[in-house]
Amino acid sequence: MLSLGGGGAKSTKPSFVSYVTPEVLSPRLDWEDFDEERNPVLKHTQDDLSQRGIFGTLLCTNFRVSFVSDETPLEEMTQHFKNKLYGENDIPLMCVDNIYGVYDEKKKLITKGMLKNKCPSKMIIHCKDLRVFQFCLTYTKEEDAKKIFQGIAHHCLEPKSLKCVFAFSYAASSSPEVQRSQRTVMFDSKEDWTQEMKRTKANLRIVGYNFWMKYGCAMFKASTLPVPQEDGLMQGYMERMLHAVAHTHLYSLKLEDLSETLPTIQDIQQSYNKFKQFFLIDNSTDFWVSDVKWFSTLENTGWLDIIRQCLQKAVEVVECLEKENTNVLIMEEEGSDLCCVISSLVQIMLDPHFRTLTGFQGLVQKEWVAGCHAFLDRCNHLYQKDKECHSPSPVFLLFLECVWQMVQQHSPAFQFSETYLTVLSDSIHVPIFSTFLFNSAYQRESTMKAEAQHLQRGPLNCPAVWDWSVQFDCKAQELFINPLYADKLKQDKAIRKVPRAKHQRQLSLPSSAFKTPPKKGFFKDETESLKKMLRVKRISRWMASPDSPAAATREFYETWQRRPLDYHGLLLPCLDGPAMRLWMQRYLRWIPEVQILGGGPVAITSMLAELLSQVQDLRRELDMRSCWETEAESLQLRPGPLALTRTSLRLSSSFPFASNRNWTFKPAIPTSLLQSLMVTDRLASQEDETNEVISLV
Amino acid sequence: AILRSSGEMYQCSCSCQWNPDLEPGALIFISCLSVGKDVTYICPFVGALRGTLTVTNFRLFFRGISRDPAFVLDLPLGVVSRVERISGASSRGDVSYVLVCKDVRTLRFVHKQPDDSLQKSVFEVLTKFAFPVSNSLPLFALEYNQVFPENGWKVYDALAEYKRQGLPNESWRISKVNDHYELCDSYPAALVVPVTITDDELRRVAAFRAKGRIPVLSWLHPESQAAVVRCSQPMSGVGGKRCKDDEKLLQAIMDANAQSHKLFIFDARPSVNAAANKMKGGGCESEDAYQNAELVFLDIHNIHVMRESLRKLKEVVYPNIEESHWLSNLESTHWLEHIKLILAGALRIADKVESGKTSVVVHCSDGWDRTAQLTSLSLIMLDSHYRTISGFQKLIEKEWISFGHRFQQRVGHGDQNHTDADRSPIFLQFIDCVWQMTQQFPAAFEFNESFLVTVLDHLYSCLFGTFLYNSEQQRVKEELAKRSVSLWSFVNSQVDEFINPLYVHYPAHVLLPSVSIRHLQLWVSYYIRWNPRVRPQQPVHQRYKELLAKRAELQKKVEELQREVHNRASASSERAGSPTRSITPVQTFV
Repeated sequence: MLSLGGGGAKSTKPSFVSYVTPEVLSPRLDWEDFDEERNPVLKHTQDDLSQRGIFGTLLCTNFRVSFVSDETPLEEMTQHFKNKLYGENDIPLMCVDNIYGVYDEKKKLITKGMLKNKCPSKMIIHCKDLRVFQFCLTYTKEEDAKKIFQGIAHHCLEPKSLKCVFAFSYAASSSPEVQRSQRTVMFDSKEDWTQEMKRTKANLRIVGYNFWMKYGCAMFKASTLPVPQEDGLMQGYMERMLHAVAHTHLYSLKLEDLSETLPTIQDIQQSYNKFKQFFLIDNSTDFWVSDVKWFSTLENTGWLDIIRQCLQKAVEVVECLEKENTNVLIMEEEGSDLCCVISSLVQIMLDPHFRTLTGFQGLVQKEWVAGCHAFLDRCNHLYQKDKECHSPSPVFLLFLECVWQMVQQHSPAFQFSETYLTVLSDSIHVPIFSTFLFNSAYQRESTMKAEAQHLQRGPLNCPAVWDWSVQFDCKAQELFINPLYADKLKQDKAIRKVPRAKHQRQLSLPSSAFKTPPKKGFFKDETESLKKMLRVKRISRWMASPDSPAAATREFYETWQRRPLDYHGLLLPCLDGPAMRLWMQRYLRWIPEVQILGGGPVAITSMLAELLSQVQDLRRELDMRSCWETEAESLQLRPGPLALTRTSLRLSSSFPFASNRNWTFKPAIPTSLLQSLMVTDRLASQEDETNEVISLV
Repeated sequence: AILRSSGEMYQCSCSCQWNPDLEPGALIFISCLSVGKDVTYICPFVGALRGTLTVTNFRLFFRGISRDPAFVLDLPLGVVSRVERISGASSRGDVSYVLVCKDVRTLRFVHKQPDDSLQKSVFEVLTKFAFPVSNSLPLFALEYNQVFPENGWKVYDALAEYKRQGLPNESWRISKVNDHYELCDSYPAALVVPVTITDDELRRVAAFRAKGRIPVLSWLHPESQAAVVRCSQPMSGVGGKRCKDDEKLLQAIMDANAQSHKLFIFDARPSVNAAANKMKGGGCESEDAYQNAELVFLDIHNIHVMRESLRKLKEVVYPNIEESHWLSNLESTHWLEHIKLILAGALRIADKVESGKTSVVVHCSDGWDRTAQLTSLSLIMLDSHYRTISGFQKLIEKEWISFGHRFQQRVGHGDQNHTDADRSPIFLQFIDCVWQMTQQFPAAFEFNESFLVTVLDHLYSCLFGTFLYNSEQQRVKEELAKRSVSLWSFVNSQVDEFINPLYVHYPAHVLLPSVSIRHLQLWVSYYIRWNPRVRPQQPVHQRYKELLAKRAELQKKVEELQREVHNRASASSERAGSPTRSITPVQTFV
């Protein structure tokens, strides 16, 4: 129900900048083809109760569906957080989740086969970032309506080839000197890995890690070589690697097969599909109806439980590494889904470096991009119908969910904010970034090379998602930083004193190297042989410990909890029921009924930002004083920048996402109070005061 | 003092530093009554713990022997709802008993039957002193005589509070009709009523309203003059009896607000219950009799449903939480749904007053449970004064204590009849709702979470006189202000403990919380605070405090330097030459 300038509909003021008109647009986003341009007048409604909306034009390009309002805006909106690539009324094509048509008040899911059918009176678009758009087509000429409807449906529902993904036309026309994020370690060169080894080694003083990483690195590089006979080569590496481990490690090794203990990626997909439905709400009535059995519906989706299981598994692995001095080998059938989740989570728990912004980005590069998570298949960017080969599943989102749980439990330990995580989860569906477009580094390099040849130009330069300046200006990027982050300054000395964990390492297997041949189940054979090899080394007894892992981890957690909290040390999440929370910012941000005007986390953030800037100002003041060159004016204490605080009363809990103009001061009052709680037992009819009950009887 | 151990924590917030090992009974008002050596406390989280159990006329104190740091359990006897002996299943002559507490926990002790029959057994002492009222003993609050720098009894003065709201004014007067509690024994002495209504008319209205609780003003909007008025149900009965004076009173309330020609009557009950009340002579206003009034039911359930809901909640959260079904278990208690309905009701009232500029009348059956919840919550939404520490104290004193919320009945202070159907967590629900609002508006309240927990702890502790008795009349008669200490004396003497460091004061800011259950959370740090796993190691507000301290420190430094700069500047100008200096001030004056 939301969004497009719905606020404009409610307030009398026109709402947003019409920067998407072709004339303005073309110079700005010249990489965009207007291959589908329609100009029917459409009405878009805020919700079906008020029947209000704004008229405008719907456009479809090869990058996005875009709604342009007819109303001319009076003022530049004071949006803190504008995405440079797409506005609040634009939907990148990859972001479209489902399209529904409303035929005679009935909502139907539009599938490929239905395009020839009658044009619906209303089109509802559910986005992967959970926005819901409603376009009413009844005021449009039927011919135009049909054209735009079919155009959008065609673009969004047809399977595509990788070549058609917008990133390539973007990369081809964007200037080659796109700023590559300087600080994020990309792990696409040997130097990066060596650096990382140095970093961890310095902390760990462990030689074995070095070995591992070297081989990991070698394997990774090997996979990028288009050598057809690499299978044999890789097998050789594998054996040598294992021998190296067996020889150099005095520690034992535990094998953790994730496919046996964690839900499958199909389970994850199914659960998330159920889960997200409760946030894609078309109207106010549905909202209040779903409010009634909210907790049990939430539980039935199983999504929070999957998050808990992943965190639980990660804690188990940490326990092995920390307490039992055991190495852990995490594996699953393909080694690039839950392996990535678990190994990244383990590293976040163990290593404070990965809780910084750049460290976290490096971690995603290392474990997910270089670790060959099949982003292309899992995100189903190409709308492949063949679910067998390309089973889509929100595995990366699951990882972000787990990280969010840790962020909300131990916020001062993380340099990045929840806004950062939310934006990152949105960026998965913006088809510009090389980060999320490929199944493997090999695929990336070969595709890019082929495209460059095809376009007859030098190497293509697809930005990584970490180039945040592509999407946001500096001011907006400030919101990625957690103002409560406990700086390391104080801790520096402590680190030297406190002996670090002796051996923290994750044996992530960049196994997609083995996936190059499309033989199915190849890697499964590989794991089997791996297990055999391990058994030869008589380590099999470490597999599957008999006692319940939950009880053991519980104790491990409690022991850790009793120690004083060190934000730069080991960090464990609490896994009890009440501690697992809903990621409100991500899931509730577009729903008007749950907006808290003048409240929400932004009230704290703005307050803290102000406080911090005051402290900084005072520090500067002091520094200046100590220099002892004081001018009369500088003596005056200036108040810190209050920009956010002043407006924070007008900001809502959805900050910085849905801009607050969209909400009115009208509070959301439940429409179905009566249905909500029918207590029908004896107590309900009892009178308040006992004596009267007696008199009644 | 905060006594903290690995297993249990009780914020011992009374300031008497008392260590039973060193100086038993050192403070005169506490007498050590029984000491049980070698008692085992069966902790549901840590396991069996051996130690010493001490019972005084105020508290129960258990200290473990084996652990380091020592395991300590310290609770005021007031929180004990029920002491039950578990009949000796064991042959070794062990005594085992369970203490069911009002603050959502249950404690279990086992110890050997004492050989020494001269000393009273711990169990006997417990059953006697946990329930002083049932045993004709005085409540501990009447013996407690700690002197605090602040006097909490002076926090609330009805006339001063009405004056703050601009009352009396041309439309409203302060009536003395209830000066001796003759009109209504559960109402305060000072009542604000429309000027056009005489005291005689008020007396006739009192006959028509349940328990004589006539419609009186709670709060007046400073700009629109829209009023929040509270009362009890009309005694219209099955026949639909009418009362001319009552109709006139409501009309006068409507007329006092020039902005609107309508009046909203919010009946907190479900309409079914209101209808059922007609059978017993009660009921609700008919829209025929009250022209221009619109009746709205808020569907909030009665005290018995709420009590049952809390009982279920306790089962779900204590001692252990079933992880896999946590959410559906939570839902089955309906606790948060009740919270939602109460907040939704208050929100509708606040919205009508603020946006609709319309006066509202709020009542339930007797007007001292749900009505108090609704008016106090909507006042918090409407008036930022009630979000400060002192304002919140005034609000409790006014809407709850002076308007006769029956604390004695609802909490059951010192009463061993734990099955009493009059007990109900109505005030707890109110505090829970306030907490929900502090979560949604983290910078809008001057007090922090620990303030709310402290208020609830002392609701049960019987250490302070604040929540004793049922009405102002009883408190005046018992001279409570002389004989006991106010909770606010304690709170205001260490107010720094309870300050929300993020508080920003916006004078005219109306809070409209989201009442969707998606935004409501279980108050973990109250209901599940005994579970060590759920407890955070370091509360975030500690870090906020650090920041505030840092800022204060830097600010001080800057000021010092500023002074120094100033001194040096004046010193150097002195040296530079006196002629100019002597002229300068003259110039500034000219």
